[in-house]
Amino acid sequence: MDTLTPKTLYGEMFDTNELVINMGPQHPSTHGVLRVVLRLDGEKVIDAEVVIGYLHRGIEKLSENRNWTQIILLTDRMDYVAAATNNVGYCQTVEKLMQLEVPRRAKYVRTILCELQRIASHCLWVGTHAMDIGAMTVFLYAFRERELILDLFEEFCGARLTYNSMRIGGLPLDIPPGWDKKVLAFCDIMDAKIDEYETLLTHNRIWLERTKGIGVISGPDAAALGMCGPALRGSGVARDVRKDEPYAAYDEMEFDVPVGVAGDTYDRYLVRMEEFRQSLRIIRQATEGIPEGPIVGKVPRLIKPAAGETYHAIESPKGELGYFIVSDGKSTNPYRFRVRPPSFCNLQALPRLVKGHLVADVVALIGSIDIVLGEVDR
Amino acid sequence: MADAPEHAPKVAAPTGPVEPAPPADAVLPAFITSLQNGVAGSVAQVSLYLGDWTVIVPVSHLLQAVEHLRRATDCAFDYLSDLTATDWPPRKEGRFDVIYMLYSTRLRHRIRVKVKVAEDTPVPSVTGVWPAANWLEREVFDMFGVNFTGHPDRRRILMPEDWQGHPQRKDYPLEGPGELLMESPLDWLKLRQAREEMDIE
Amino acid sequence: MIDQFVIPTLKIVIVLFAGVLPAVTYMVLLERKVIAWAQSRLGPMRVGPYGVLQPIADAIKLMLKEDITPTKADRWVFTAAPIISMVPALIVYAVIPFGPTVQFFGHPVSLYITDINVGLLYIVSVASVGVYGIILAGYASNSKFPLLASLRASAQLISYEVAVTLTLVSVILMTGTLSMVGIVNAQYNARVWLFIVQPVAFVIFFIGGLAETNRAPFDLPEAEQELTGGFHTEYSGMRFALFFLAEYANMIVVSSVATTLFLGGWLRPFPNVAALHFLDVVPSWIWFLLKSFVFLYIFIWVRATLPRYRYDQLMRLGWKVLIPLAIANLVVTGIVKVMLR
Repeated sequence: MDTLTPKTLYGEMFDTNELVINMGPQHPSTHGVLRVVLRLDGEKVIDAEVVIGYLHRGIEKLSENRNWTQIILLTDRMDYVAAATNNVGYCQTVEKLMQLEVPRRAKYVRTILCELQRIASHCLWVGTHAMDIGAMTVFLYAFRERELILDLFEEFCGARLTYNSMRIGGLPLDIPPGWDKKVLAFCDIMDAKIDEYETLLTHNRIWLERTKGIGVISGPDAAALGMCGPALRGSGVARDVRKDEPYAAYDEMEFDVPVGVAGDTYDRYLVRMEEFRQSLRIIRQATEGIPEGPIVGKVPRLIKPAAGETYHAIESPKGELGYFIVSDGKSTNPYRFRVRPPSFCNLQALPRLVKGHLVADVVALIGSIDIVLGEVDR
Repeated sequence: MADAPEHAPKVAAPTGPVEPAPPADAVLPAFITSLQNGVAGSVAQVSLYLGDWTVIVPVSHLLQAVEHLRRATDCAFDYLSDLTATDWPPRKEGRFDVIYMLYSTRLRHRIRVKVKVAEDTPVPSVTGVWPAANWLEREVFDMFGVNFTGHPDRRRILMPEDWQGHPQRKDYPLEGPGELLMESPLDWLKLRQAREEMDIE
Repeated sequence: MIDQFVIPTLKIVIVLFAGVLPAVTYMVLLERKVIAWAQSRLGPMRVGPYGVLQPIADAIKLMLKEDITPTKADRWVFTAAPIISMVPALIVYAVIPFGPTVQFFGHPVSLYITDINVGLLYIVSVASVGVYGIILAGYASNSKFPLLASLRASAQLISYEVAVTLTLVSVILMTGTLSMVGIVNAQYNARVWLFIVQPVAFVIFFIGGLAETNRAPFDLPEAEQELTGGFHTEYSGMRFALFFLAEYANMIVVSSVATTLFLGGWLRPFPNVAALHFLDVVPSWIWFLLKSFVFLYIFIWVRATLPRYRYDQLMRLGWKVLIPLAIANLVVTGIVKVMLR
């Protein structure tokens, strides 16, 4: 079957008034190997084409050759900035497929780890986004806080980036003694640091001029385009998997979901800054209320879910991370392993967002959507 | 699994997904009855498994069913969560299952719509209903080779533009065509031996 | 004989080779250190104690680098452009006064190379020549992105020069003289530093100075995160170093001129108050250097803190905000001066 002739943006359609610029796979601001081909009229972007696939590793097909526990390692590598959330999503999908009961203590620890990951991911986001717009100090400050979180993770499971920290049915290790005190100490430090970032950015005249009114997308348009996470909430759609379809211990936690109004870069920024504070709220509640109990449920020796298929979604820092897993009941590997990557769906909206803006805004918008190429390409 | 012993009994390839029908006393939710009434003949089968509702729709009725699910007020599925496919090679009514996962942000319910298609059965593209389907269908085309008609930009997305073959089909080797599957350390040793023999020659 | 030739030559040598050039080289280190401290890290620490020898290591590295010239580039213009950028910044120092005339071993020595009675005009005109360096760099690179970027950078510089020159006119209105030494003396006679009397002009001068030297938040033409690489994309090695040293030299010029015009030059704080005579133990040129240093520190501080303006916002700020403000300041100054006569 041949591919039909696509609408090419480069090549024969070069007009004398238009300039085609390639923001190549290697670029300091694309947060990974992303290629954006821009058609410009002077400085204004007429159209953009996003080319992905440079980081495609075939995780979905590889998983068909790995047994259920080995896949946890592969899921780490997708959204490598927030690896624990990928693990949690996968383990919960398999637990749903096997109808396993996860003990309450494990649910609480999973919630704490997911929210710590949300803060770590947003720290990286605020640092890189601010640095792209020129405020380079925020980058260093945000990474200083991210280091504190990575230290907590290192104490828990020994790794700083790809944790492999969940097992089907619970967690592999219980939290070390004193870890919850350290988490609470971290929360106290983090509160003051969020104020620091806000002092530098939120009411800064230059920041407002660079982000207000840039990349406006309305709520229904964003939902139709499949956007999710803070990018969708910035446009006014109150969709959060933690509230709509609660998982882990979120039904026992009290927290708010910030929703933006204008759907521009500034609102997405405000939504994520508020999510920092809400995550701290959840972590405090969860850490203070961790129940005693086993850390792993009753899991059979050989994990072989009954034949069937299911879809389960969690709220990763980037958006709705969904897993669609098909089991054929007989082999020790899944039959089909599909990840619904939030960054993939958010990135689809980029051509729509940059249209009509200047070249300097493209970089701000890529940062505002917050993508991780590992997740986009899998 | 490279470490499976060679003498293990061959497991027959599964012929299709397991789609258990809902129990007799389950009440079909409003969005399914609305679809059954709204578009005649669109629901070939209803399934309920682990709390997820699935409807199987024939390809000919796909576009109408999907439009109904989007527009009808008691369905209101305005969010396309995911669009993917599964490959069941031995199945006779069509080896691919194209699966649409829909969610309603207003009414907060989910539904899975499935169509069974053969290798070159044309499947109407739903990009007119949800623009989100653009890249998702490109990926399904790239990985499985499903023939989407009416798609504005049908090209490969993850693989290079000129790649031959569709990687996620079951008959496509994991290591790629013409490559060696290097799953265990013994394979690496064999490769090195083969290279040394070639050098000697 | 000595007064005519030896002393001026000595002054030029000292000011340039023991003053400006080391200052420009060590500005690199100062910037790296100050930005690092703002970002809670340490900056260069390895080369020499606390990284003090870092600029020397950088200079040696740049001099030993391979000299790459693009094949289709215009070779002579390509080499001349960084020089055209750098030289005006250096020759401005001919009129900047570091101090008054002091007695040195019985000999009256003036702590400035020369004092022409159109000193301010000289500074403005010579500094403008530096823009040619940028334009020629973009042209000589023979590549579309540096050309566009250099045109943008030069447009930015020219726009902000209008605002800065208008503020200088208000300064001249207040002090009544164009000579740099005369301006400092006028501040002494008026018993007040000029920034108190002309705060708007001071602020506009400073912002314009940031834009003139392509410093943050006006550094879009040379930021790496933008698509089009700056006008210096094709430059490497010593030529690239010259562009950046030219930028730092311009910064020091702006700081020195601001000090002279608005902060009283070499005068100590409250120069007419006899009770503070003990402050005179600090020589006048030290006061000058201290005040210049404060400006340089603020330049670096602003770079570490503020995000960057987009190009159209930058031009809008220059044309629609700063120039009307400078004109308004000039008109008000004129009116007040006439009314108070």
